[in-house]
Amino acid sequence: MKLDHLSSPAAMKKAPSGIIGFDEITGGGLPRGRTTLVLGGAGSGKTVFALQYLVNGARIYREPGIFVAFEETSQRIMANAESFDWKLGQLQRRKLLLVDAQPKFDLVQMGDFDLCGMLAGLGLQATQIKARRIVFDALDIVLSLLPDQAARRREIYRLHKWLFDRGLTCIFTLKGTADQPNSITDQPYGFMQFMVDCSVILNHSVVAGVSQRNMRVQKYRGSSFDENESPFVIGDGGFDVAIVRTLGRADAKVTSERVTSGIKRLDTMLGGGYYRAACVLITGFPGTAKTTLSGAFAEAACRRGERTLFVSFDSDGSEVIRNLASVGIRLERYIKSGLLRMVSARTIVGSAEMSLVRIKAIAAAHRARCLVIDPVSALSNSGTELAVHGVGQRLIDWAKADRITLVCTSLLNEISGQSETDTPMHISTLADTWIHLSYVVQAGERNRGMSIIKSRGTAHSNQVRELILSNAGVTLADIFTAGGEVLMGTMRWEKESAARVAEEVAEVAGKLKLVALDAQQAELEVRLKAVQTELVAKQLEKTLLARTTASRKAVILHGSVRMRELRGGDAPKPK
Amino acid sequence: MHKFRLYVADDTLNSAQATANLHALCQAHLPNRHEIEIVDVFKEPQRAILEGIRMTPTLLRLAPLPIRRIVGTLIDTPRVLETLGLDIHAL
Repeated sequence: MKLDHLSSPAAMKKAPSGIIGFDEITGGGLPRGRTTLVLGGAGSGKTVFALQYLVNGARIYREPGIFVAFEETSQRIMANAESFDWKLGQLQRRKLLLVDAQPKFDLVQMGDFDLCGMLAGLGLQATQIKARRIVFDALDIVLSLLPDQAARRREIYRLHKWLFDRGLTCIFTLKGTADQPNSITDQPYGFMQFMVDCSVILNHSVVAGVSQRNMRVQKYRGSSFDENESPFVIGDGGFDVAIVRTLGRADAKVTSERVTSGIKRLDTMLGGGYYRAACVLITGFPGTAKTTLSGAFAEAACRRGERTLFVSFDSDGSEVIRNLASVGIRLERYIKSGLLRMVSARTIVGSAEMSLVRIKAIAAAHRARCLVIDPVSALSNSGTELAVHGVGQRLIDWAKADRITLVCTSLLNEISGQSETDTPMHISTLADTWIHLSYVVQAGERNRGMSIIKSRGTAHSNQVRELILSNAGVTLADIFTAGGEVLMGTMRWEKESAARVAEEVAEVAGKLKLVALDAQQAELEVRLKAVQTELVAKQLEKTLLARTTASRKAVILHGSVRMRELRGGDAPKPK
Repeated sequence: MHKFRLYVADDTLNSAQATANLHALCQAHLPNRHEIEIVDVFKEPQRAILEGIRMTPTLLRLAPLPIRRIVGTLIDTPRVLETLGLDIHAL
């Protein structure tokens, strides 16, 4: 699939259908000014596809169109189109013309004829509404009236030339056997396959009791296209063809912004929380608090003021809210304020593909930034493994491209002995963060353990934590390892208590010791002071002594001089 | 009086054959008792649309009632007469 067609001059050669997914498959739409053949069995959606092409042309691309109905009356087509949100009535006549071309019931056919009458009328009508697009629905009806194969071929070429001369972008729809879409060439109108520039095969099959619609572009002259079968559904808006988005589109918006999981310690374990627009998978056996964990995420998202969608496959929305309230997760106020939308997906029936389309539509309508699907494994109940795998992949691709943070829970079936390495939809390999919840049964207790199996792009804890639910909320506790064994629940509590007591004793002992040391220190300080005082006294004594000695010597010397003077002796000679 | 209207397309072979066959049939079986109007859908497409003409040539027998509608070259004269409710032997 090459999307660069959209920006290249080649895009000018394509007429966009506006049908979700189809324009991506064909790199821009139908070949402009050429003919496209849409083949399919009864109820495969040919008429819807062709009509939607015209409706989108008129509504979005300002290209009026004509719908030539050979099989149904225009009133019936209008009535059938009522079920879609196309507002066909507004478009009719000026932008979209429905032309009845059913052969008259009282018609008698005798000899060869041609389609010039129809083309003459259509030529006038096409000019009147400035038509750019045209659909011939169930062309086989009129072709079958022609007497021989040569006449059919002649009329098809006449039609082809007429279209080409007017530059109309055309769709022929023809009945084909859905069972053997590859044996088209053996069919009466097989030559059309070679004449047209693009051919699309629709098929509708039932696999394991589940309806599955697929579309495949069989040929497209002068353009690359996605050659694989793509599942599609017919929803309220018409066709929705499932395609895996191109990587470029999804990767462009990668962010390192974190959003909280709603549980503080879990955020710490993940190094800050989930990444925005990441896909988080929470697996576990029934009752391991998967819903609780996803509920905590939803509550935190609402607290930030982000619009959130909670899809529950297991129970009613109100039940989920009641149950979560018992563990301190209060969602009701956000429902009232409109931030949170609860959807009970039990009301969504149909294939996994259908469920995905419905979820996408609801999320778009709610403008959801965060999405919880609980459990996503419910999707795997309907459809083949391969189809469901594709749905899981597209779910994640879509969420990433729309920057929706997705939290999915997935049930692991205890009985079938699935290991934690295998989730039903293989989402585990696609998910960015995978949290696994398990039970640890020990000493007559069943406790919940939580671990992070993987978390792309984040440093994450390798520790198993114990998940504790109480009416005060959800918390995580360190588990206690003793002698290589993991302890949880009461045993952990006991160990923790013992540790706490031991710690208290140690603390008291420490305090006592400190007091004793303080006393010793004080004593020493007193002694030090006494000694210092004594030292000062000694120093003073020493100074005093020195001074006394010096004065005594002076007195003695002075005395001897005076004595000599008194005796009248000679002055002593200086030495 | 038999009133016919034949829708033809330009000068295509089918239309030419139908025109010739209709004239011959009328001359042979309804001499002086027929009116034929030839409408070329390319010249008067509006009329083709109003009458719902998809295939050419298309013959409409407007009178006597009921209206009959025959598509094709009218190559099989006995069948055409039968469809128009004209008994060859009674004529």
